[in-house]
Amino acid sequence: MKRAALTIPMIGMLLYCVLPLLWLLFAATKSNAGLFGSPGLWFADDFALLDNIRQVFTYSGGAYGRWFANSVLYAVAGAGGATIICALGGYALATYRFPGARVLFAVVLGAITVPTTALAVPTFLLFTRLGLVNTPWAVLIPALASPFGLYLMKVYAADAVPASMIEAARIDGAGELRIFVSIALRLLRPGLVTVLLFTLVATWNNYFLPLIMLSDPAWYPLTVGLEQWNSQTGSASGGQAVYNLVITGSLIAIIPLILSFLFLQRYWQSGLSAGAIKQ
Amino acid sequence: MAVKPLTTVAGRRRGVRARPRRRATRYHWAGWAFSAPFCLVFLIAIVAPLAYAVYLSLYQDRLVGGNVFVGLANYAAAFSDRLFHVGLGRVALFLVVQVPIMLTLATLAALALDSGRLRWAGVYRVGIFVPYAVPAVVATFIWGYLYGDDFGLFGGAALSGQWILVSIGNITTWSWTGYNMLILYSALRVVPKELYEAAEIDGAGEIRKAVSIKLPALRPALLLCTIFSIIGSFQLFNEPNVLAALAPAQITTYYTPNMYAYNLAFNGQQYNYAAAIAVVLGLVTIVVSYAVQLTAGRRERLS
Repeated sequence: MKRAALTIPMIGMLLYCVLPLLWLLFAATKSNAGLFGSPGLWFADDFALLDNIRQVFTYSGGAYGRWFANSVLYAVAGAGGATIICALGGYALATYRFPGARVLFAVVLGAITVPTTALAVPTFLLFTRLGLVNTPWAVLIPALASPFGLYLMKVYAADAVPASMIEAARIDGAGELRIFVSIALRLLRPGLVTVLLFTLVATWNNYFLPLIMLSDPAWYPLTVGLEQWNSQTGSASGGQAVYNLVITGSLIAIIPLILSFLFLQRYWQSGLSAGAIKQ
Repeated sequence: MAVKPLTTVAGRRRGVRARPRRRATRYHWAGWAFSAPFCLVFLIAIVAPLAYAVYLSLYQDRLVGGNVFVGLANYAAAFSDRLFHVGLGRVALFLVVQVPIMLTLATLAALALDSGRLRWAGVYRVGIFVPYAVPAVVATFIWGYLYGDDFGLFGGAALSGQWILVSIGNITTWSWTGYNMLILYSALRVVPKELYEAAEIDGAGEIRKAVSIKLPALRPALLLCTIFSIIGSFQLFNEPNVLAALAPAQITTYYTPNMYAYNLAFNGQQYNYAAAIAVVLGLVTIVVSYAVQLTAGRRERLS
């Protein structure tokens, strides 16, 4: 009885969260005609998934492949870079007592509440001055700065890297950089994966910033590119309706992140529990 | 890592001695060097745009005379700008309705996961979390199609007049409930088991434990979730901007403050005024987040 009172609402939540994705999965197997004449959560008469995938990658000169590669570049360089930068800084704040450390941490805490999207328009204006607009740097540099990532790494490093271990390594004659690379990084791994995944989501899913910064479709990430296909479909003035391309392109775009979350589950969940949430 | 293991044998230490000053400064250098990359990107990507926004907001580009210093004139304009007020009021309404619903759902789900009475808890945890990995743009496509009358399930009503804000609220709730649930669930995992045992000895049931141990333990994490949700609400942009393609009549160019700033800058070339709007919006966000932190109690600040 008690178990049912718990399970039934949770099944409801699960369906609410999963059914739209299931709809996307079914929709990606349908041609444009099939989309209009079939139930949402079942197949249409024609199974057009492979044809849709082929179309996605060949439509308008293979733009989708280019956008996919751009998204990978922004996510790997942006999130990877941000993670390394946060690991270095968080470890420094947790390990060393240096003049300015407390000020830096206070500023970072304050910056967590600074809404980065409010900075998007000013960043665009500044980067126009610096000649960075419409280059990958315009998307990458803002992705590298993650105050929340630094905060997580500091809290995590304070717990995960014992001072006695650092001291022992010093007595063995290891330099500070070597201690970081060969001892701290290993101990920080769950924290690193947590920050990496959250920055990965932030860059892979980012829309506002690249929309502002990039005018050349050759540099678009998937989000901006797909939105362009979608608004072309919505307005119906600019040519053919490409629902099937938007839908299949969307499905392909969400697969990498879902896979990385599933495969790295063990790490990020312990990262969240062990360090990130203690305050 | 192919480095010889660095021993942690305490016996090799030659007694505890006060650290020589020279070593202390060496650690200062290490601290600065390790935090330098962060400081650099922080300056370029956050501090400089912030300063530049403030600077821009104090000027106006005029046909005659070019770029003129106007003091707070842009801010005065923003304060009496009806379009800005409408957007701000809309996201404030969104904040007070959508955020409590989402965080209540997330808290209940986290408590259910943590209760230990749910079979296959892992399935629920991953399934409810999965929408977080879906970009806002794609989430809006999916729900937009479901809402629409072409081949959706809701026959277009969800995209009309008053319903559109509810529809946007549904998209953000779908995207972020699992994320918040996971943060709250992680906070519950670190509650010491002894607390529950002590409560059980005192005869407390599951509900009693949830109310008097788990909910208080959740407060710092809930505060964090609330702050992030406040920021998210005031900055609302992606979902309405993408939905605008489906419902151009309902979603105006000033539907949210962020859309207004964007359209001022990119469709109206009013960079200075857009900067002022961005600054005011940022300030409002910070003030509201700070007020929430204060009311939540001094002890539970982020630090």
